[in-house]
Amino acid sequence: MELLLDSLFNGVAIGSVLLVAALGLAIVFGLMGVINLAHGELMMLGAYTTYVTQLIFKLPILKPFYNSYIIVSIFLAFIVSGVVGILLEKTVIRKLYGSPLETLLATWGVSLILQQFVRSVPLAYGTGLVISLLIGLFLPTTFPSKIKESINFKYFKFSSWIFAALTGVLTGSVISSSVSKLSRASARNVDVTAPSWMRGQVEIIGTAFPKTRLMIIVITIISVIAITLFLNQSAWGMRIRAVTQNRQMSDCLGISTEKVDIITFGIGSGLAGVAGVAVSLLGSVGPNVGGNYIVGCFMVVVLGGVGNLLGTVLASFGIGIMTDLIGAGRLLSIWPDMPLPLSNTINFFATTSMARVMIFALIVIFLQFKPTGLFPQKGRMVEN
Amino acid sequence: MSLSKIKFDKKIVLSFWIILIALVIAAPTLLPVFRLNLLGRYLSLSIVALGVDLIWGYTGLLSLGQGIFFALGGYCAAMYLQITSSSEFPNNIPEFFALYGVEKLPFFWEPFRSPIFTFFAIWIIPALVAGLIGFLVFRNRIKGVYFSILTQASLLVFFNFFNGQQKLINGTNGLKTDVTQLFGQMVGSESMQRMFFWITAFLVIAAWFFAKWVVKGRFGNILIGIRDDEPRVRFTGYNPVIFKTIIFSIAGGLAGISGALYTVQSGIVSPQFMTVPFSIEMVIWVAVGGRGTLLGAILGAVFINYAKSLVSEALPASWMFIQGGLFILVVTALPEGVLGWIQGDGPRNLLQRFGLKRKIETYPSLEINNKEGNNE
Repeated sequence: MELLLDSLFNGVAIGSVLLVAALGLAIVFGLMGVINLAHGELMMLGAYTTYVTQLIFKLPILKPFYNSYIIVSIFLAFIVSGVVGILLEKTVIRKLYGSPLETLLATWGVSLILQQFVRSVPLAYGTGLVISLLIGLFLPTTFPSKIKESINFKYFKFSSWIFAALTGVLTGSVISSSVSKLSRASARNVDVTAPSWMRGQVEIIGTAFPKTRLMIIVITIISVIAITLFLNQSAWGMRIRAVTQNRQMSDCLGISTEKVDIITFGIGSGLAGVAGVAVSLLGSVGPNVGGNYIVGCFMVVVLGGVGNLLGTVLASFGIGIMTDLIGAGRLLSIWPDMPLPLSNTINFFATTSMARVMIFALIVIFLQFKPTGLFPQKGRMVEN
Repeated sequence: MSLSKIKFDKKIVLSFWIILIALVIAAPTLLPVFRLNLLGRYLSLSIVALGVDLIWGYTGLLSLGQGIFFALGGYCAAMYLQITSSSEFPNNIPEFFALYGVEKLPFFWEPFRSPIFTFFAIWIIPALVAGLIGFLVFRNRIKGVYFSILTQASLLVFFNFFNGQQKLINGTNGLKTDVTQLFGQMVGSESMQRMFFWITAFLVIAAWFFAKWVVKGRFGNILIGIRDDEPRVRFTGYNPVIFKTIIFSIAGGLAGISGALYTVQSGIVSPQFMTVPFSIEMVIWVAVGGRGTLLGAILGAVFINYAKSLVSEALPASWMFIQGGLFILVVTALPEGVLGWIQGDGPRNLLQRFGLKRKIETYPSLEINNKEGNNE
């Protein structure tokens, strides 16, 4: 019993990282039919945001609030990755609408650039750049409508970009002069240390669970609830669902599909940032950290079916529990005296990498029976 | 792809070919052995690019897992080389087995004692694996982005398998070939490398003619039909699954040959051949060269790799930026690639933009302009 509980918990822990990472990918894929290969790098940005936040909270002014930095960094990571995602949508993905394979390649190019960016630009100035992007993209939208409609709006826009650039450079240099660790570029991995209240373990029904894992599960639950509420209760959520079901019809009915695309992509990327916070709690953070999770996320999306949150949830927990069952060879300890050939096979697959091999084989077998995933989209179209 | 391809002057095409062939013949004597070796490697990569062009440029299947078949071909060649030159090691098995305490050769190594088996295995095994993966995926009408993701996932699976099995195929370290013997000579020696260059150059041309033959007749037409409108092909009475499976295994076989040639020239085969970035790079060679143009795939593979080695020697950090930018630029600005752009309307449009060539009036604009004229 205890063993089973242990296995279940481990599986849920693996699955919840997968879930929070795949959630954003799944909504974007459902809406635009686009797979974002830079999703892993957006996670990486979220993880680096956690690191930067941690170092900034070590400054004397913010020292008293140090223990709450992880909560702050969840929001910051959402904003940072979201802003980068919006920029990506505005500059690249919008141009490639209707050709998903080309988008795949272009986003791979973006991921290469982002990886090299964190290697060769000091994190302090990277922060400055993100801040100036944030101001430049959002300041013009806050102007009163009188200015927005005037013919000179482009000058206002231009000057707000100049203001944004100046602010960015200023914050960059302030951070780099006050936090020496952020002032130099390095390709080395960095470590995020959890605040003291998150270290150690909690005992539930006689089994010890690490607190960071529990925190990740909590983050995942909150994200899933928030995104479900957003999609089902808000006006924009309704528009997103409408465009997911039938883009042309929604466009005809006066929904601005352009805005829907931007909002969805921003939220999807923001969720990647939140996943990055979770990932940073599990191990060290490096430029390649996203690549370890990205293929797992794809598998979740393929298995779960398009545009269905329940499918995504079930698929990620399913993959998580299977990974733990196979990778740790748990079947053997549950049923110790199984026949020799079977136990040999299980031992052969009882490593993390071989478990992946097994799970992929299982997914391919599953797709033979249900090619469109657990919960396929209903419709009568022959092709999409 | 535009229909109106500019016919090049026959003399220009002929002289282009003569120069190219002369360069290939002259290369082994002109180039130092290091550069010759690099050129040979890039030429062997152009064979895998031809395969990518067949499945992506002609059939519209974007595979992100060609590294699997590339590495399989490489492993077949390396296993044969290792096993033939293992006579002086304990138990008559390759040296690395002793490190892991393996005394008996794993069963799947046995057939690789025979050179004839290896000769066929290099291209048949990758083709069979590709055919199997392809059939299972295509049978369920999985395509587009789903297909790309599944190929990428299977690439990762193969990578994990080869990376983890030290006792079977030496895991992460891979199999070295440069100190092995072939026909009584070291594979890494200068004369052998020159010979491999010749073989590669010959095989690139052979593969090019083969690919040209594949896409020529009705078979090629069906492939293009699948790319442009698959449901229509199906409703016309063809079964796209068979054609997609065949072309995917042809591409797999080409990748296998390419991998074997690359392995003997680079001196090692390792799971690094199956990493995700390498397989996506193969696609970008084709994208830059021009998909749907076979020559573009070859030129793209050679020139991009050459540029990569030059840039990495000078400025190691900037190659990632350049490569990333190249992906975005080619996809957004040059969707037909460089050769496709030259063969299509590209140069004419460029000249028009600078006012050097008269604009051709085409139908919709003619109609609109005339209407405006009538209204006035």
